[in-house]
Amino acid sequence: MLSLITFLPLLGAIVALLMPESATKAIKAWTIGIATATFGVSLYVLSQFKADTFHFQFIEKYKWIPQFGISYFMGVDGIAIWLIALTTFLTVIALIFSTYINKRVRAYFALILFLESAMLGVFVSLDLVLFYTFFEFSLIPMFFLINIWGGERRTYAAFKFFIYTFAGSIFMLVGMVALANLYANVNNGHLSFNLLDLQSAAANGTLWSNAMHLQPFIFWLFALAFLVKCPAFPFHTWLPDAHVEAPTAGSVILAGVLLKMGTYGFLRFCLPLFPEATRQAVVPIMILAVVGIIYGAIVAAVQPDVKKLVAYSSVAHMGFVLLGIFSLTYNGLLGGSMQQLNHGISTGALFLLIGLIYERRHTRQFKDYGGIKSQMPIFATLFLIVMLSSVGLPGLNGFIGEFLAMLGAFEACFNGAYGLNLGFAVVAGFGVVLAAVYLLYMFQQMFYGKNENPENKRLKDLKPWEIAIVCSLVLFAVWGGLYPKTFLAPMEASVQATRLMVVNEPGLRPMWNKATDEIDMAGQSSDKGAFVEVAPRSLSEVGGPVEIKNVIAPANLHMQGGGQVNVKTQTKEHFATRQGETN
Amino acid sequence: MRGFASQTNWRNQSLKPFDFAFPELNAAALLPLAILAITGILALIIEMISPKRDNNLIVGISIFGLFATAVSIFTQIGNPAYTTGAGMIISDSFGSALQLIVVVATSITVLFSESYLREKRIPFGEFYPLLLWSATGALIMCVTTNLLMLFIGLEILSVALYVLAGLSRSEEKSEESALKYFLLGAFASGFLLYGIALLYGATGSLQIENVRLAWVQNAEGSRILIGFGLGLMLIGLSFKASFVPFHQWTPDVYQGAPTNVTAFMASVSKVAAVAALWRVLSETSNVQAIWMPALTVLAVLTMTVGNLVALVQKDVKRTLGYSSISHAGYILVGVLAGIKNHSLNGSATIPYYLLSYSIMTIGAFAIVSLVAKRGSENTRFESLHGLWKKSPFLAVLLIIFVASLLGMPPTSGFLAKFYIFQDAVRADMGWLALVLALNSAISVYYYLGIAYAATVPDTEDAPLAIVTPSVSVKVACALCAVIVIGIGLFVSPLMDSLNLPNQNVGGFETSAMK
Repeated sequence: MLSLITFLPLLGAIVALLMPESATKAIKAWTIGIATATFGVSLYVLSQFKADTFHFQFIEKYKWIPQFGISYFMGVDGIAIWLIALTTFLTVIALIFSTYINKRVRAYFALILFLESAMLGVFVSLDLVLFYTFFEFSLIPMFFLINIWGGERRTYAAFKFFIYTFAGSIFMLVGMVALANLYANVNNGHLSFNLLDLQSAAANGTLWSNAMHLQPFIFWLFALAFLVKCPAFPFHTWLPDAHVEAPTAGSVILAGVLLKMGTYGFLRFCLPLFPEATRQAVVPIMILAVVGIIYGAIVAAVQPDVKKLVAYSSVAHMGFVLLGIFSLTYNGLLGGSMQQLNHGISTGALFLLIGLIYERRHTRQFKDYGGIKSQMPIFATLFLIVMLSSVGLPGLNGFIGEFLAMLGAFEACFNGAYGLNLGFAVVAGFGVVLAAVYLLYMFQQMFYGKNENPENKRLKDLKPWEIAIVCSLVLFAVWGGLYPKTFLAPMEASVQATRLMVVNEPGLRPMWNKATDEIDMAGQSSDKGAFVEVAPRSLSEVGGPVEIKNVIAPANLHMQGGGQVNVKTQTKEHFATRQGETN
Repeated sequence: MRGFASQTNWRNQSLKPFDFAFPELNAAALLPLAILAITGILALIIEMISPKRDNNLIVGISIFGLFATAVSIFTQIGNPAYTTGAGMIISDSFGSALQLIVVVATSITVLFSESYLREKRIPFGEFYPLLLWSATGALIMCVTTNLLMLFIGLEILSVALYVLAGLSRSEEKSEESALKYFLLGAFASGFLLYGIALLYGATGSLQIENVRLAWVQNAEGSRILIGFGLGLMLIGLSFKASFVPFHQWTPDVYQGAPTNVTAFMASVSKVAAVAALWRVLSETSNVQAIWMPALTVLAVLTMTVGNLVALVQKDVKRTLGYSSISHAGYILVGVLAGIKNHSLNGSATIPYYLLSYSIMTIGAFAIVSLVAKRGSENTRFESLHGLWKKSPFLAVLLIIFVASLLGMPPTSGFLAKFYIFQDAVRADMGWLALVLALNSAISVYYYLGIAYAATVPDTEDAPLAIVTPSVSVKVACALCAVIVIGIGLFVSPLMDSLNLPNQNVGGFETSAMK
């Protein structure tokens, strides 16, 4: 099923390339059809997804390069499942929007499908090399999308995009090789790039038993790749250029999905595989996150170009994701994961709306607009909703993610965990305010005031199909804001497990490839979120009642995590001991 | 001076120099060399008998001969390793694999050459025999541990190449390239020969493996001779493999020579040089202390200088020339790591890397050869503009080759780098792997430049510089692309069929990276 999702777009792209260049309508219809079918399959996977386990589902595993222990290994958990749905959904939107393209149609539509394939591959890969393959492959279609269909400085932007991200990730490959060899040291000399093998070795402490000094080093090799991709300050400079020059569909996908590969990489690889190094890296990465939030917001506030403003706001928003993840609290991680989705929806929608107005006026400068609210009321309304979702207005999806991430950050900072102090959370809190400043300012500049420019007086409001595609995104923004449980519920077990993989000591960490490990999320007991050992059962039975056999988590863990965490119950002493153990 | 003393003994023992038993010869091991050399002679005879403007018959015979050579090599694979001809020829799966690479690379070169030569107005029939003989020299270098054979192989390879580089007689650049290649090549041969002479002096034998024994025996003065001898030999081989600082000829020769000759040079000549290097170094691995530090410095220099200088090039052939220098550096890392840690993939890494590198380089050059038009050629980046319009198919293939040169998955270039990373990490040379990674990041810029040039639509003021590709060029490039992606995805069957090490082994000393 996952292979189908991943390779259906690829197949569609190859078929599209074989079609004659002149058959533009057929190419457009075919690629949109393929993307829709992929979206359909992803919805099916979503409907079959079992929310109460953190184990990977829909597993597919075949030998690929056995001499290196590399396998073709796919599966999804709660963190990945929504990103898959987001990817397939945004691709459909991007393709429908792109029907105005009339330059090299065949290559354009094929490239977007290639890109979709690569992005989906990233989110389903459970083998490090397979992941790297898709991670890198996604650069090629994006490079050409920017370079051929982009704005004036497209070549510069495309090169910068490619060089930054490639330079970041090539070191990760060295890290992966080192990791596999470390695993071989404790596994009779057999290499493995299987994430599950590596994680279980990290969880029971054998992987790093003789190589603890290497852990931070390899962690940073991985982290560098993901920080560039996020992008975190100071590696963010490729992003504004790429966003501004990319065609609208490219921006939507770039902001919506490509950036998530970075934060997803942290959740999937850095946290589970390098627990001790992650805890040590909390402070430096939190600093980058907070600086990114503030810096992104301030720089966004002074941009004269709408697209650039949104691009810098992405830096700030992704800072919140990082903030949530590296608070290493349940709420923070959940908020970070949720914020990934929200940012995809709301920033994707913003870029889409900017694209719509750009197609009409061919300018993105504030000074060219003003007072177009009366001219385009529907556009203004939709823009307002999306913009407010990006600001984080309660009732829209942005609020949920940001709130949870901030909550998590406050929990961790309040307790002084991992050397954090309250300053981090407070400063990050200002970022929320700043977001309101620059986004509202943008709205005011564009839509209010007098409509003096004669060019703007000729503007027509959105066409029905344009309204439809924007509304489909707005629907999710409202849904996520009013009933976030739909989105949060499938993530909870995976997020909690990921957290326990980091904060617990070896032996008490859940293992992905140990079927008896389970996170008890279903019970309403007070020890919600505790890590328990259940009777052996197959994954197909996961939906049934959970028989708790043996609670093996330490007592103090019962107080953390869960939906309604009372911050006061987390004692400073607990974190102090944790710190002591780490050092 | 026991080294010389033993020689004196040897002289006394065989007073009659021609009185020796004819060594046992295994025809199977010599068959590939014989077939290829005879095919070359045949091609030349046909050219002399009926010099036509049309070389199709010669091309056909060459391809057929190359195919027969490949078959004869393939039958060797799987046999246990043995030596024949008094130790002059060694038959093992490493050598056979490299020989196959040479044959495949030569075949693809032959495939796309004819239309290029015609377009360039140099459709000389002698091109094919020279190419085949040059390949014969490379075949010899792949399967010998005898210093004299090594030298003979190198000369056969080089002398033919000197002529080929100057094939385009009317072009000044081509002549300059040939002269430069000849002078510097002769210089390198001199170094090599001097080194061989010193080693002979130290060991009294032309077999490289005796260096190992002589070193252990530690006769008075022999270690100095071995040190100097090996050093001079390595300088000679470094010229051929174009390691920095012995690389100066590479960009000029690559740019000036006809593009198909450049493709051949970049692939086959490098395969042969690395093969010889591997044989020499692995047979003298107990003398590592002498060459390891020097070659490590050379590897870092080669990678870095190659990539940095490539950044500012404006000519595609020159850029690919510097790219081939940096790839030589990557291979050197693989060679060093493989020899340092003998238990590992070393002897699989090198063939895999060379195969991957040769095929993608030839593919890229084959497409670059399309810019030759009516006897002249301009290989600046701008000349590639409009390739997309002329042939989207070839533009996509060029992007694949460039992606592979860069090391993007899922091409073979990625896996080749992966092999080297793996070997380097295992051999406690993790820092070299990081240097390699850094260099890969640098190389992005100029590789992207090539890919970018191929997708730019032609500008209206400049006429399209690209000729309509012939079917044979398309077939050659498609073949390259199939190999590049095929061996990238299915490496295990390849390793099994070539009888190269294919087991899952890993792990390293964790204390060493402290």
